[in-house]
Amino acid sequence: MMKRLITAFCILGIATFSVNAEDNIATLRGEEALNAEGSPPIIPKVLNTDKKRKRNYPMQPPTIPHKIANYQVDLRTNKCLSCHSRKRTEDSQAPMVSVTHYMDRDGNFLADVSPRRYFCNQCHVIQTDIKPLVENEFMDVDDLLRVKSPN
Amino acid sequence: MLKKIKFYWKVVRRPSTFYSLGFLTMGGFIMGIMFWGGFNTILEFTNTEEFCTGCHEMRDNVYQELQDTIHFNNASGVRAKCSDCHVPHDWTDKIARKMQASKEVWGKIFGTISTREKFQNKRRELAEHEWARLKANDSLECRNCHNFDYMDFTQQSKRAAEQHSTALAKGEKTCIDCHKGIAHQLPDMSGVEGWH
Repeated sequence: MMKRLITAFCILGIATFSVNAEDNIATLRGEEALNAEGSPPIIPKVLNTDKKRKRNYPMQPPTIPHKIANYQVDLRTNKCLSCHSRKRTEDSQAPMVSVTHYMDRDGNFLADVSPRRYFCNQCHVIQTDIKPLVENEFMDVDDLLRVKSPN
Repeated sequence: MLKKIKFYWKVVRRPSTFYSLGFLTMGGFIMGIMFWGGFNTILEFTNTEEFCTGCHEMRDNVYQELQDTIHFNNASGVRAKCSDCHVPHDWTDKIARKMQASKEVWGKIFGTISTREKFQNKRRELAEHEWARLKANDSLECRNCHNFDYMDFTQQSKRAAEQHSTALAKGEKTCIDCHKGIAHQLPDMSGVEGWH
């Protein structure tokens, strides 16, 4: 009797779980049937405001406030650095890549951007004008401190 | 046989003794149209995308790279094909460029860039030729479509408007000085002015 009850509960649990999982998948894929092709969302516009954005925490790599379509960053050349490198900022008036990009992993300064920091898009990204798919519950550290000690 | 040749030579040497002035004038006129038309048609044919991408050197390298860019793929459906940027529109400049292009025929015959590796190794040199040409003619091929006087700075991004209203407006810089690699991939840019 006991055994049967446990089995029944297990089956019920798995069933509920799978229904939940299906719901989650459904929110990502939309209402489209599995064997049908849904219509793709409109490609969002890249924000091209040229205005610096606040960083959400001090170590955050700054987001890119302009379009970077077709910027070539490879073995041969780096389009980003043609404005943001130390030698180019006078002409371009763009912010220079921070000094940490010129350091190797032991903290020694190099003459040029370190190879491990060469591929800008590994950390720096554009922002697009869209509604987030999931709610963002990130809290600024100052807000967090205020909540923790409300005085 | 010899008699026949002698006769034709006589006709060719002094055609007016055999044919009327009107016939010769009209004949010359019609032949002129035919030859000039034919010449121009062939010249125009060498300006087409089919001709340029007829060789694998162009089709597999630069043409593939072009297809990702705004000059090939955009919302408004205006497309710049090879000759729009690489062949001058004015007749004398066009003929000069076409004569230079005989070097490209040489390159094709001897396989100067017949593999991807060879092309990559020569990319900087080839790019420099085009940069030099556009620098010398003040980016004429860009300006065939992009007219500085028609630019609305208020519709450009802040950075773009700043550069266009200063350096470009004063004539210190021309399009190609900043807009390198907009239609094809760039070579190794070390030592190129304006690059890191």
